[in-house]
Amino acid sequence: MKELLKLTALELGAAIQTGEVSIREATQTALAAIEEREGELNCFITQTADRALERADALQAGVKEAKSLLYGVPMALKDNICTQGVKTTCASNILGDFAPPYQATAAQRLEAAGAVCLGKVNMDEFAMGSTTETSYYGPTRNPWDRQRVPGGSSGGAAAAVAGRECWYALGSDTGGSIRQPASYCGVTGIKPTYGTVSRYGLIAYASSLDQIGPLGRTAADCAAILDAIQGKDSRDSTSLDAPAGGLLASLTGDVKGMKIGLPAQCFGSGLDAQVERAVRGAAQVLKDRGAELVELDFPVMDYVIPTYYMIAAAEASSNLSRFDGVKYGWRTEGYDDLTDLYCKTRTQGFGSEVKRRILLGTFVLSSGYYDAYYKKALQAKEVIREAFRSAFQTCDLLLTPVAPTTAPRLGESLSDPLQMYLSDIYTVSVNLAGLPGLSMPCGFDGAGLPIGCQLIGPALGEAKVLGAAHAFQLDTDYHKRSPWEKEVG
Amino acid sequence: MMVTKELVERLAALSRLRLPREEQEKMTGELEQILGYMDVLKKLDTSGAESLAESGSLKNVLREDEVIPSQDREELLRNAPASDGETFLVPKAVE
Repeated sequence: MKELLKLTALELGAAIQTGEVSIREATQTALAAIEEREGELNCFITQTADRALERADALQAGVKEAKSLLYGVPMALKDNICTQGVKTTCASNILGDFAPPYQATAAQRLEAAGAVCLGKVNMDEFAMGSTTETSYYGPTRNPWDRQRVPGGSSGGAAAAVAGRECWYALGSDTGGSIRQPASYCGVTGIKPTYGTVSRYGLIAYASSLDQIGPLGRTAADCAAILDAIQGKDSRDSTSLDAPAGGLLASLTGDVKGMKIGLPAQCFGSGLDAQVERAVRGAAQVLKDRGAELVELDFPVMDYVIPTYYMIAAAEASSNLSRFDGVKYGWRTEGYDDLTDLYCKTRTQGFGSEVKRRILLGTFVLSSGYYDAYYKKALQAKEVIREAFRSAFQTCDLLLTPVAPTTAPRLGESLSDPLQMYLSDIYTVSVNLAGLPGLSMPCGFDGAGLPIGCQLIGPALGEAKVLGAAHAFQLDTDYHKRSPWEKEVG
Repeated sequence: MMVTKELVERLAALSRLRLPREEQEKMTGELEQILGYMDVLKKLDTSGAESLAESGSLKNVLREDEVIPSQDREELLRNAPASDGETFLVPKAVE
């Protein structure tokens, strides 16, 4: 049974199609792995084993009519993606008992493709954090080293895929929350172009930056998942009316003549030498397959962190005003009047990182500071978008590190919030510009921890991004290593 | 940017948060540090950049105003901390 856990999602889907493996067998294998490993890893906030087995049997009856290559493949959803009747906590005390009355579009589309959901996975509270340590339900641990963080905010999703507890997961990415944990855990993850995956049913953090995307074993798995979830949705007015589907079919492994830009400012001070070596090594692999490498000036890097944190915090302070202990979620006990009810509920219901960002956002939006901070950040965002537009006039893709270092130890980041914000330097600009960004494993450091590199494409350039990642994975086996065997498997 | 205790108190009140003294002191220092770092943005010349809010590059998405089935009231109220089966219940707000 354990052999099944080594398969990619597409390989498992194919084995289900041929009848070699039943959907119940696949589901039971994942549930047994979860049972065995959760005590150490804590990837899941809510497990839905009974539902998953029932669903497996129901799907098995329709296996002959399956239209998706992922039919019957068990997966997990980040706990900020609403699931009808199944607790969706956002890793917060304030949504501790929240069972949404509706299903997120992305989850619904995967269901239509025949996915088996094993449960809801851990994250930083309201997706605010880079380590999954701000979760009300305790930190998730990195499967490669249990004393280290899995990254965040989609840390449960990345660790569950890396720890072989499921074949893929959906996460969300506001400033790197899919890519950075994918990098720390040695899996492949992509934040798609803003507007290509519906945000309906994704609990909002910063609406202009949030995007749902997959974490999986390979770029091909991610392509298949995007094929299932991308596309216009009338329930999300920011969703784009762009062509969807066909990504998996577009992967040829051919990168001949492709121009890949290496922004000089992404390889400067602050970048760990082992990470730099691995990322430059990835560039060389693509060059050996026929891509052309271009050194590139990208002068806006100093401004991406302040711009991102001001815009994200401003939107968070507004979005999170809906948590008031009235319509849903947790309510404090004992209050004098309505204002007291709001204040006590929010003060006790939110954790410190969430409060910090609400206060920061309230500050940049408040009168007297709005122009100097929030408006300035919006203008800076346009300058950053322009820098990307200009880069993509000469390059097809950009290649950068995902994070300056490999996974830090538990507890190291919590004591210094600014230091944690700074570690998002390579990922946040991609959200500000609304572009597709992918993280894939490209090496290991001296301690045996995975290193990831990031491919950034122009808007709607998912086929290019996934195409280059697929080409890289044809020639390398970093994505095949497992923390349980520490060797190819 | 100098962040004072009074400023943090005002922001907390606007945000409907009530921070215990210890947390408030910690937040004051952290916000000052974070905003101090954010000041680097002042060095960026944005004179040529219209903000998104002003540039009008986003378009309104309109649809026909049609009656379609909405959520079931009972199901929506199931998540409410207090309800009478028809509405959400809150402490009396208007005398």
